[in-house]
Amino acid sequence: MSTNRLKFAGAGLLAAFALLLSSSAMAAGWPPMNMPEGVTEISREVYGLHMMMLIICAVIGALVFIIMLASIILHRKSRGAEPAKWHESTSVEIIWTVIPFMILVAVAIPATATLVKMEDTSGAEMTVKITGYQWNWHYDYLDHDIEFFSNLDADSTRAYQLGSDLSPLDVEYYLLNVDEPMVIPTNTRVRLLLTAGDVIHAWWVPEFALKKDAIPGFINEMWVNVEEPGIYRGQCAELCGRGHAFMPVVVIAKEPAEFEAWVAERTDTE
Amino acid sequence: MAYSATADEHHDAHHDGPAPGLMRWVTTTNHKDLGTLYLWFSLIMFFVGGSMALVIRAELFQPGLSLVQPEFFNQMTTMHALIMIFGAVMPAFVGLANWLLPMMIGAPDMALPRVNNWGFWILPFAFTLLLSTLFMPGGAPALGWTMYPPLVLQTGEAFPFLILSIHLMGISSIMGAINIVATILNMRAPGMTLMKMPLFVWSWLITAYLLIAVMPVLAGAVTMLFTDKFFGTAFFSAAGGGDPVLFQHIFWFFGHPEVYILILPAFGIISHIIPAFCRKPLFGKASMVYAMAAIAFLSFIVWAHHMFTVGMPLAAALFFMFATMLIAVPTGVKIFNWLATMWRSAMTFETPMLFALGFVFMFTIGGLSGLMLAIVPADFQYHDSYFVVAHFHYVLVPGSVFAIMAGVYYWLPKWTGVMYSEVLGKLHFWLTTIFVNLTFFPMHFIGLAGMPRRIPDYALQFTTFNQMATVGAIGFGLSQLIFLYIVIRSVSRAGEKASDRVWEGSEGLEFEVPSPAPYHTFTTPPAVR
Repeated sequence: MSTNRLKFAGAGLLAAFALLLSSSAMAAGWPPMNMPEGVTEISREVYGLHMMMLIICAVIGALVFIIMLASIILHRKSRGAEPAKWHESTSVEIIWTVIPFMILVAVAIPATATLVKMEDTSGAEMTVKITGYQWNWHYDYLDHDIEFFSNLDADSTRAYQLGSDLSPLDVEYYLLNVDEPMVIPTNTRVRLLLTAGDVIHAWWVPEFALKKDAIPGFINEMWVNVEEPGIYRGQCAELCGRGHAFMPVVVIAKEPAEFEAWVAERTDTE
Repeated sequence: MAYSATADEHHDAHHDGPAPGLMRWVTTTNHKDLGTLYLWFSLIMFFVGGSMALVIRAELFQPGLSLVQPEFFNQMTTMHALIMIFGAVMPAFVGLANWLLPMMIGAPDMALPRVNNWGFWILPFAFTLLLSTLFMPGGAPALGWTMYPPLVLQTGEAFPFLILSIHLMGISSIMGAINIVATILNMRAPGMTLMKMPLFVWSWLITAYLLIAVMPVLAGAVTMLFTDKFFGTAFFSAAGGGDPVLFQHIFWFFGHPEVYILILPAFGIISHIIPAFCRKPLFGKASMVYAMAAIAFLSFIVWAHHMFTVGMPLAAALFFMFATMLIAVPTGVKIFNWLATMWRSAMTFETPMLFALGFVFMFTIGGLSGLMLAIVPADFQYHDSYFVVAHFHYVLVPGSVFAIMAGVYYWLPKWTGVMYSEVLGKLHFWLTTIFVNLTFFPMHFIGLAGMPRRIPDYALQFTTFNQMATVGAIGFGLSQLIFLYIVIRSVSRAGEKASDRVWEGSEGLEFEVPSPAPYHTFTTPPAVR
């Protein structure tokens, strides 16, 4: 009887939990909760792979849960269930070894194809060398005479401090804004070279589906071809000390003509 | 042998019970005493590490730094991980092994009782050293439990203490593992063939080999860090001709088998509990053993999936992706076998069973997100985001920790001789399950949406789900006080008397001795059918 009451209490709590989850999410208006599709051919492929895996995993998970729940409901002693006598079957074991294996082969093929594309850094039309420091990024345009540091913007810097008089809620793009963003042209294959000056950092822009470590003494390569002009934001993704949360990445993608204008302006002033 | 006569005489004086007083616990070589010590130590560390997690979650309740400075936050994430992995989960499994392995195989004690004592008593010193770094100039290590150079070399006074405490933990683990292998291979009762061994014994035999294989690798890696810092070597410094990524390869060669060290004994425990409360033998016992062996083998060839973003050759990335995906096959076999055990059985739902079912349910979620992480192109997005945090907490908390709790509820009446309160146990289960999901499920969302891990402060769009996680974490932490209360009540012998079989469907030699289990069991080997 007390167990029964507890069952009800458990179910009630679960319902309350579900309600809390949905209501708080509603109240705030759904915040982003999935991977962005992004703005490059690669990022859309990565998003496609992610969604494919998510659906496959959700289906497998649902099957497991349905079988479990069915057993819990149907084969319980309180309903007078008698345990069956069987406890092994080689053919069943073979079936549930082979079927998952075939599913894996099926998803490995598109994953491999995308990876091969991502790793092919040939044919770049321009190159930017990105260096991570504690705690900012340095951008060096190897084809132009441009280089600069990119720091967290002043408002965010003021707002994040312990006991700050400026609330993070009042800062636009809190922690995702910099004093000097990286600028690249759209519809251009840009090669990114990554390294670091002190410890390991990682350069990540979710909208490009690009993340790679910046390692002191070594150079890593990536490439990006952004299709949409816009401002894309990311963060350092490898723990690099106390300022790890405070070295965002901001990339502005401009039409090639506007990019040329930016280059001319930058080279004039320097 | 020559010494046995004198040893026997010496022992006869107090053969039947433990020595009185505090010295009992310091000098004990009894596997049950040491099991108890390991389990208490683990519970204490669980609360210490848990309170650090609460500091982390409290700081992350809202954007902006509100409680602690970033460097202290980083100390908390680092210490939380080290304490939970090496101080809470591993000692809990070793404690369960100590209590149960000799009884399960019909042996009088562990093969190497003094090594057993030493293995345990190293741990309090190791963790005192580690925790003392919190009070040193520069604070505790703040670079993540993965200790990547060159960042780790920026650690202050704490650095040598970190290295030494890891060496001590490694020595303790290796001694425990050697003892377990020696016990299982040499001390089984006549008739207890390898394939007749219960699955918890099998899981620990495999785990012990993993430990012996990889703990020395970790020791080597941290020693190289030590000489890099103090003796001018340059293993991991590019400026001296070394390679920072080399450390990551060595670390994860240890680290991935380590992950399975944290979950294989859990598989063993669950494989005892589900059949017991289903009143039906485990489905496909032999394939369960082969699956664990396959997982253990694969664990040695998948390490680089923890570091796909370091920039490795295409062929290497593909190899590690395929090898990692393969792990899903034996893991799936285990889940399906548990399901088949439940199918057409006669289930009841006492607390150990609830935790076991919760394990299967939520470990499946963690396993499936692990499969997603194997897909390299997508991993470039998931890597070092909260998605990873959600993934490994799903396999470690509702995975390993749930299995440990299931095991404690299942065998506690055997240890103490009294039944715990079923009402409180179920309350503990439901609260824990609800809060664990409230804590870790939203982390999938913020991770996918782009929140990096190990940050003390975040952009505004991540606020809602972080707040849910913080509420969940506080609820989870408080719920564990119920567990503490239940254990203390049982240990102080309050409650209904437990029968020798304890559960209607329990199987195994440990349920053929009286409850509570006498101080010495199976001084003559039992008959194994």
